[in-house]
Amino acid sequence: MSASRIGQMLSSKSLRVITRGNYRFFGNGAQYPAGHLTSGVRSVMIPSPLSPFFSQSRALSGVSEPPRGLVQEKMTENAVFSQNKVLTIDTMNPKVKNVEYAVRGPIVQRAVQIEKELREGVKKPFTEVIKANIGDAHAMGQQPITFFRQVLALCSYPELLKDNMFPEDAKSRARRILQACGGSSLGAYSASQGIDCVRQDVARYIERRDGGVPCDPDNVYLTTGASDGIVTMLKLLVCGEGASKTGVMISIPQYPLYSAALAELGAVQVNYYLNEEKCWSMDLSELERSLAEARKHCNPKVLCIINPGNPTGQVQSRQCIEDVIRFAAKEHLFLMADEVYQDNVYAEGCQFHSFKKVLFELGPQYSNTVELASFHSTSKCYMGECGFRGGYMEVINMDPEVKDQLTKLVSVRLCPPVPGQALMDLVVNSPQPGEPSYTTFMKERTATLRLLAEKAKLTEEILNTVPGITCNPVQGAMYSFPNISLPQKAIKEAKALGQAPDMFYCMKMLEETGICLVPGSGFGQKDGTYHFRMTILPPTDKLKILLAKVKEFHQKFTQQYS
Amino acid sequence: MRSIKQTELEPLVRRANQIKTEVTQGGRKPCKDVIDVSWGDKHRGGVQPLTFVRQVLAACLYPQLVHSYKLPEDVRQRVQSLLGACDGGSVGSYTPTGGISYIQCSVSNFISRRDGGVPSSPENIFMTSGSQRSIMQVLKMLADFHNQASLPTGVLTAVPTYSSFKMMLQTLGATVVPYYLDEEQGWAMEVEELRRALQASKGICNTVALYVINPGNPTGHVQSRKCIEEVIRFAAEERLFLMADEVYQESVFGEGSEFVSYKKVLSEMGPPLSHTVELASFHSASKGFMGECGLRGGYVELVNLDPAVMRYAYTIFSTDICAPVTGQLALELMANPPRPGDPSYPVYAQETQSIQAMLVHNMNWVPEVLNNIPGISCQPMMGGAFVFPRLYLPQAAIEKAKVVGMQPDLWYCKRLLEEAGVCVGPGCEYGQKEGTHHIRLCVMTPVETMEEVLKRLKTFHLHFLKEFS
Repeated sequence: MSASRIGQMLSSKSLRVITRGNYRFFGNGAQYPAGHLTSGVRSVMIPSPLSPFFSQSRALSGVSEPPRGLVQEKMTENAVFSQNKVLTIDTMNPKVKNVEYAVRGPIVQRAVQIEKELREGVKKPFTEVIKANIGDAHAMGQQPITFFRQVLALCSYPELLKDNMFPEDAKSRARRILQACGGSSLGAYSASQGIDCVRQDVARYIERRDGGVPCDPDNVYLTTGASDGIVTMLKLLVCGEGASKTGVMISIPQYPLYSAALAELGAVQVNYYLNEEKCWSMDLSELERSLAEARKHCNPKVLCIINPGNPTGQVQSRQCIEDVIRFAAKEHLFLMADEVYQDNVYAEGCQFHSFKKVLFELGPQYSNTVELASFHSTSKCYMGECGFRGGYMEVINMDPEVKDQLTKLVSVRLCPPVPGQALMDLVVNSPQPGEPSYTTFMKERTATLRLLAEKAKLTEEILNTVPGITCNPVQGAMYSFPNISLPQKAIKEAKALGQAPDMFYCMKMLEETGICLVPGSGFGQKDGTYHFRMTILPPTDKLKILLAKVKEFHQKFTQQYS
Repeated sequence: MRSIKQTELEPLVRRANQIKTEVTQGGRKPCKDVIDVSWGDKHRGGVQPLTFVRQVLAACLYPQLVHSYKLPEDVRQRVQSLLGACDGGSVGSYTPTGGISYIQCSVSNFISRRDGGVPSSPENIFMTSGSQRSIMQVLKMLADFHNQASLPTGVLTAVPTYSSFKMMLQTLGATVVPYYLDEEQGWAMEVEELRRALQASKGICNTVALYVINPGNPTGHVQSRKCIEEVIRFAAEERLFLMADEVYQESVFGEGSEFVSYKKVLSEMGPPLSHTVELASFHSASKGFMGECGLRGGYVELVNLDPAVMRYAYTIFSTDICAPVTGQLALELMANPPRPGDPSYPVYAQETQSIQAMLVHNMNWVPEVLNNIPGISCQPMMGGAFVFPRLYLPQAAIEKAKVVGMQPDLWYCKRLLEEAGVCVGPGCEYGQKEGTHHIRLCVMTPVETMEEVLKRLKTFHLHFLKEFS
C-alpha cells in the first residue's frame, strides 16, 4: 500500500534524525539577522525569578536560612566555580541557545517578579498585574464546564459514584472511562498512543464535525496538549544537512512554539508573511515567493498553518484553505494544521472549516495523497482547560512505516496525562440532547462563547480609537494583535538598550501599568512594524479598564518620545 | 529516527491485551486470564489508590464537593489552599514553568526534610509531565545532537536499564556508554567498571554525563552511601554531569538497606565537591505509595548548575508551558502526606501500611521462591519495584529461539504469555551481559496475584526445561 503511494513525501527512507545547523530565517528582505533574538534575550535585564543554584556551602556550615535571601551571594560564588562546570554556555547544546519562548519570556518573568514585589508591599503605580499575555481562560476567571468537572471528579474518586449528587450521564461517562483505564484507575499508564476508547470517540467526533468524512482511530494520537503533538511531528519530519536540510514554512506572525521547536531541532525556519492589510490573510503569492526563496537554501517539506490564527485572530475562508491544499499538493509539502481554536470563531460571515474536510471535498486526487496532521486541544475553545494538558492529533495519508516511527517516538514519553485524556474524551463526547446534563452544558458553552465574541469586538473597537494603534478584526481565537506606531526616539532608545522596540514598549507598559502583554517581536513581524499580542480573556469590566489603561499609556508614551 | 529501537515489551503488552480480549470473548486459551507484571504500574496491578490523594484530587477538580460532600476537614483545607495557589482558583489554568510555586516550595521542603536539612531552593525545581520528561529536557541541554562535526554526546548508562531511557538518548542522537552492574554482587555499581566503560568510550563519543538509577530499575539494588560517595568522586574527577534517577526512593525495604539521596551525600562531602559537581535528581508521583503513573507528575531538582545555563533551562522547560496540574497536585500530596493527628491520617496510615506490608513481603519472598525454581537465580531485592532473575536456558531452547529469529528470553516471555497468561519483560529489553538471560517482574503487586504469577511461572518453567532437555 505504501509503495504505491509514490507521491508520498515523507517516506521512512527520507527519515533521518535531526541534524545540526544554525537556526536561520528566510524571509522577505531582512527580517532579523539570525542572532538577533538570542541577543535580545541575553541583553534584557532580567531580575530573574530563577535564581542561580543555592550554594551547598550553606548546608555545610549548618545555616538553614530560607534560600531566597541568599541569591546575591550565590551569584558571585557560582561565577567563581563556573569554569569548572561540565555544562556551561559554551559546552551546552548550541541549539538550546537559539530557543526562545516569548509567551514565557522576559516580560512574563518580570511580571512574576512584580507580583512578588507587590505582595511584599513595594509601592507601584498599580495594585495588580493583569496577565493578558497568555491564552489562559480560567486564570482570567472563566468558569469550567460543570459536566466535565463532575465526570473528572467521579473518575478520580469513584466512591462518588455511590452518591446521588451527580447526574446519571456524568456517572455513566465516568464508568465508561474508568473501564477503559488499567486497573480502572486514572492513575495507571495508558497505551502511549492514548486510551483506545478515547481515540475512538475522537474519531467519531471528527467524522461528525467534518460532515461524515471517515476517520480511523488508528490515525489518532492523544497528546500532552497540542504542543506535544506539534513538536513530535516536527521531530519526525526534520532531517538533512546543508542545502538538503528540512525547511518548515511557518506564518509570520507565528506562535513561538514553532520557532522554538525548529530552533531546537536545527531545522530551517521558512517565513511566509500574513497580509496585515487584508486582515492577516494568507496569500498564495506570498507562499510561492517564500517557497521559491527557501528552495535556494534548504529542502522545504512542511507547511504549518494556524487556523483560526494565533496571534493574529483571522479565520481562513474555505477558498483559502482549498488554495493552500492545492499548493501543498503541487509543491509536495506536508501540511500541519493547528486547529486548536476551532470553536473560537466570532465574526459574522466567518466559519471554521477543517483542513481535513476541505481536503476530502477536493476529491481523491488530493484526499488520497496530501499528507496532513491536524491538532486539537482541551486548552482553548469554550473549555479553556489548559492545566490538563490534553490534546490529540490526527494524521492522514501517512506512510505506514513512518507511522510506526511515530508510534515509537510517542512511546518515549510513556503516555499523555490520563486526566487530560479523559477530558479530551468529554470534549468530543459532550452531553447530547435528552441527557440530563445537556441543558446546563449548552447554556454554559454558549454563554462562554458569546462573551468571548463580545470581548473580541470590544477589544477591536476600543483599540482602534487610539491614535497610533490599528487593530484588525478579531475574527476568531483569543487574541488581538494590533499594530502600534512607535516614535523614532523610542525606537532609538530601545536599540541603544539592545531591545526590540516593542519589547521596550511592553516592558515600560508593564512597569507603569501592571499590564503584561507579549511584544510582536516574539511572534515575528514585518520589518519596521511593531505589535503586541493581548488576550481578549479578562472579564468584560476588567477588559474595559485594561483597554483604557493601554490607551492612556500609549498616548503618554507617544508624547514622551516625540 | 529509524535508528530508534522498538521496545520488545510493547508488542508483548499489546499481545497480552489481545489475549485478554480473546479470553473475555470466550476463545479457548490455555490460561483463564492474563496477569501483566511487566510494568511498574501499581494501579494496573490491582493496588488501590490512596483515599486521601483521590479525595483531594476530586475536590480540586470539582470544588463544589468541598461544601456539599462529606470530606475530612484536612482534605477540605488542603483543597482550599491548593485552589488558592492556582491562577483563577482553577486547576484548568496554566501554571508557571517550574510548576505552581506553592507546590515548588512544598517539594523543596520535602527534599530538605528527606536530606536531613540540606537546603533546597524552589527555583531549582522543575515539575514536568512525569520524570521522564525532566530527564529528556536535561539531556537536551547536554546533548549537542547530530553535530556531525564532532563526536556524539555519550551518557554512561547502566546495563541493565529500562528501555525508554535508551530510546531517549537515541532520539537525541546521543550514545549509550554501557557500564555493567555486577549481578553476583546483587547488581552493585562498581567504580572500576565505570572507569573501564568511560575509557572504552574515548574516541567514540564525548561522554559528558553519568546516569544512575537508585534504587535500581530493573535490578532492585539500593546503593550504599559509600558507593554513592565513590560515584560522586568519580564524576568530579572525570568531569561528568550526574543524573540521579531516584523515583523509587520510597520503596526501600530490604534489610539493612536505606535510601540516601545523591544530593545529601554530595552536600555532606563538603567543598569543593559540594560546590562543583552538577547534579540533576529526578523523582516522581508514579511510584512510591501513591503509584499515580497516569497523572504524570515528576520533577527534577537541578543542583550546582551554572546560573547562565539555568536561564536556558528555564526556556527549555517553558516550551512545555507547564506540567499537567493533576500531576503537580499528586507531587504536592506526595511531598505533604497527612500527619499524625490529621483527620485523614488513620486511613492514610492504614492504606500505606498495607502497601508497605505487601512490598516487604514480596521483596523477601519473591526472590526466595524464584531461587527455588531450578534454572532460575534471583539476587536479593533491596528496593524499587522489580526483580530481575536470571534464567539458565537449555542450549536447545537457545538454538530454537535463534531459529525463530528471537532473543532467547524474548521467546521465553512470548511462550510464557501464550501458554501461562503471564506477561513479564524480557532481559534483552533492558540489556544484560552477553550470553545471560533474564526476565523482569514487578513486585508492586498484591500478594495473591503474585502467588498466582509465581505458580504459573514455575509450572511453565519446569515444563519448558523438560521440553528442551
